Amino acid sequence: MYKYDQYDQAMVDTRVEEFRDQTRRRLEGTLAEEQFRPLRLQNGLYLQLHAYMLRVAVPYGTLSSTQMRMLGDIADKYDRGYGHFTTRQNIQYNWIKLEDAPDILADLATVEMHAIQTSGNCIRNISSDQYAGAIADELVDPRPYAELLRQWSSFHPEFLSLPRKFKIAVIASDTDRAAMRLHDIGIQIVKNEVGEIGAAFYVGGGMGRTPMIAPLIRDFVPLDQLITYSEACLRVYNRYGRRDNKYKARIKILVHELGKDEYTRQVEEEFAHLQAQNIEPPLAELERIKTYFTDPPFDTGAPDTLDRSDPDFALWVDRNCDAHKQPGYIIATVSLKPVGGIPGDASADQIRLMADLAREYSFDELRVTHAQNIVFPHVRKADLYTLWRKLDDAGLSTPNLGQIGDIIACPGLDYCSLANARSIPVAQKISERFAEQGKAETIGELKLKISGCINACGHHHAGHIGILGVDRKGVENYQLLLGGSEGADTSLGQITGPGFSEDGIVDAVEKATDVYLANKQGDERFLDTYRRIGMAPFKEAIYG
Amino acid sequence: MVEAQFRFREDEPVADPAVTVDSFGEQTNAAAVRLEPGDDARKLLPFLDRIKLVEVNFPAFTDGRGYSAARILREAGYQGELRAVGAVFVDQLGHLRRCGFDSFAPEQPIDPADAENAFNRWPDVYQATTDGRVPIWAKRHG
Amino acid sequence: MKILTGNDLKTGAVIWWTGTDWSRHVDDAVDVGDQGDAIAAAESAARRVVDANVIDGEKTAEGVRPAHIKDRIRALGPTVRPDLTLKPADPNAGNWVI
Repeated sequence: MYKYDQYDQAMVDTRVEEFRDQTRRRLEGTLAEEQFRPLRLQNGLYLQLHAYMLRVAVPYGTLSSTQMRMLGDIADKYDRGYGHFTTRQNIQYNWIKLEDAPDILADLATVEMHAIQTSGNCIRNISSDQYAGAIADELVDPRPYAELLRQWSSFHPEFLSLPRKFKIAVIASDTDRAAMRLHDIGIQIVKNEVGEIGAAFYVGGGMGRTPMIAPLIRDFVPLDQLITYSEACLRVYNRYGRRDNKYKARIKILVHELGKDEYTRQVEEEFAHLQAQNIEPPLAELERIKTYFTDPPFDTGAPDTLDRSDPDFALWVDRNCDAHKQPGYIIATVSLKPVGGIPGDASADQIRLMADLAREYSFDELRVTHAQNIVFPHVRKADLYTLWRKLDDAGLSTPNLGQIGDIIACPGLDYCSLANARSIPVAQKISERFAEQGKAETIGELKLKISGCINACGHHHAGHIGILGVDRKGVENYQLLLGGSEGADTSLGQITGPGFSEDGIVDAVEKATDVYLANKQGDERFLDTYRRIGMAPFKEAIYG
Repeated sequence: MVEAQFRFREDEPVADPAVTVDSFGEQTNAAAVRLEPGDDARKLLPFLDRIKLVEVNFPAFTDGRGYSAARILREAGYQGELRAVGAVFVDQLGHLRRCGFDSFAPEQPIDPADAENAFNRWPDVYQATTDGRVPIWAKRHG
Repeated sequence: MKILTGNDLKTGAVIWWTGTDWSRHVDDAVDVGDQGDAIAAAESAARRVVDANVIDGEKTAEGVRPAHIKDRIRALGPTVRPDLTLKPADPNAGNWVI
C-alpha cells in the first residue's frame, strides 16, 4: 500500500499545526465558531449529540496493521474504548474533546493517517473496492488512481468551499463493490477497443433526500488526463452548483437540472480550456504510486485446499470468504455485525487483535468495507483455520456476510444530531429475530440498510430492504423500502406504504421475507423475487 | 473600491471605482470591475488588457465561486490586480492567494501576524495553479 | 418550561443551564423563561458553551424531562450503550428516554 514520502508527511504535519493553531485561536476567542466550524469539519471534527465526533480517513478503505493498531490505541487514549466503521470506509470516534483533537491528529500523522476533508463542503475520502488487489475480476488495482485523486483533492485551493460535500468512488471491475454510481463522481477504470486503459466517468449520483444514479458523462478519459478531467467536472460544479438551498446543492441536482448532455458540454468546454494549463501530473507519478500496489510476496507453493471438517469453520468460509486471484489464497471478511450487536462498532481490543492478525496472516494489510466490515485481503488457505479460531475466540467470527444479519446502519439518533430516529435498536431487533431458527440462513443474500434520517448515511435507498427512520409528531417511525441495489444493476428502493413503530418495522421486514420465501423460484435471491413479482404481493402481506 | 489590507504588488493601487460586470462593456474608460459570485468571469476576457483591477466579492466566506473566477482570469492571462473583498478571513488567505488573488480587503481587519502565518503555512502544494509554485508531483519527477 | 442546553466548548459534553452555571445533569436545569437567547449569547461569547439553544421540557416528579426524544438521549447517553450513559447502573434508564 501507499507509503508517504517526505512531501506527503510534511503535508499532514503542516495540517496538524494549522489545526492546532486554529483550535488555539478558537479557545482563546480570536476565532469565532462560525469561522471555526468549517475548519474543524475539514479536519473531521463534528459536534454531535454527546460530544465531538472525529471521523478519521481511511483512504480507499486500506489500512496497514500499524495504522489499525493506532486506531485501537486512539480509542483507548482519547475516547471510550471503541470505534465505529462507517459506510464510506472511514472510522469514527464518538466521545472526543476539542482540546484533544490536535494531539489526536498529531498521533495519526505519525502513522501516515489524518482526518483531512472527511467532512465539510469539499472533496471527501475517495472510496474504492474493498477487494482491490486480491480479486480476479478487476482490470487493474483501482487504488493507485484513488491515491492520485486523493493527493489532487487534498487542500485543493479552488474546491474547499463547494456548494456541498463531494464524494468520489473508483473501481476497476464490472462487478461494482463500491456503489460507484451512487457517488458524486464514480470512476470505473476500463479498457478501450484498442486495449488502452482509461477512466469512465459517471457524474451526479447520490443518495440523501433525492437519490439518483449517476449517468455516464464520458466513457473514456485517457489516464494522462484524469486530473484535468476531474478538475473540469469540479469547476463546473463549483461555479454552477446551487447555493440557495442546502437540500438542492449536490452535483446530482445540477446534472439533473441541466440535463446530462448540457452538463457534459460544459465539462468538455472547461476540460478543453484546462488542458493548456499544465495541471496534469506526468504519467510517471501514476507509475510511481503503482509501485506501492504490486502483489505481496505470495507463497506460490501454498496448498490450494481447505480442511472443512470443522462445520462452524466451513460455514464461515462459505459465508464470509471469497476466492482470491492467487491460488492458495483466500479473501476473508470479518463481520462487525454480531447477532444483536451494534453494526460497525469494534472495541479497542478487537481493533488491535485484527491489526495483529493482519500482520501475521494478511501481509500487514486490512480493508474497511462500505458495509462496515473488515477484510483480510490476502490470507493463505493454509492459515485460514488458525485465523478463524482466533477471530472466534474474540467474538469476531459471525458468519453472516451479505445476509440479513449483515446490516448496514448509520449511528442514528443514539449518536447523531441530524437523526430523526434511532437506527441501532432496530438493527439489533432485526438481527435477533432472524438469528432465530436459522431464518437468516434460509433467506440467503439480503442486504438490509437502515438510515436514521433522510441524509441516508445508512444507504437505505440501495438496500434490498431499506428502512428510513422519521420523526412522526415527536415519535420515532420507520418507513420500509424494497428493491434497492448498489451493484452494477443499481436501483433505488421503493417505499411500501405507511410507516411503522419500532416493533412494527421488525414484523414488516419478517413479512416481506416470508413473501419472498413463499414465491421464490429456483435460487432467486430476495431482490430477484421482488423484481420478478413486484411490490403488490409484499404490500398486501404487510398491510393486509 | 475597497482598500486592500494586504497587497502583493509593486505598482500603485488603482483608484478607480469598480463598476459591475454588466455595465463594464459600455464604460469604455473603466479600469476596475467588481465580480459578484453569480457573475461569469469569462465575460471579462475580451477586455483583460484594459482592466487594472478586478475586485471579487465574497458576501459569505463559504461561497467558493470567487476562487474559480480568480483562476479563470489568471489562466486567461490577466496580469492586473485581483482583489478579494468582503467576508475574507485569515484561514482562507493562503487558498485565495494560490487561486491568483494578490490583494485582500477583508471587511474586518485581520491580525497581520496571523495573516503572515496563513500565507506562509504550506511548504509545498499538491496542485498546480497559476501562482507559479512547483507542485509536489513536479518536484518528484524533476 | 424553557431549558437552555448546549455542549461544553472544550470537551463537547452535553450541558444544561442551572441559573448560574452549567451542569451535566438535566435535573439541574432551570426554567429560563424568555432569557434563554440572551444567556446563550453571553455564555457563547464567554466560550463556555457551543451550540446553545432553548428547548421545551417539563418538571416531573422524577426530575426535568425534555420534550423531545433527541434531548432526552442527550441527557442520558446512547440508549444502546447503557454503560456509557450517565446512569450505567440503572437498568430502567433507557425507558425514561422513550
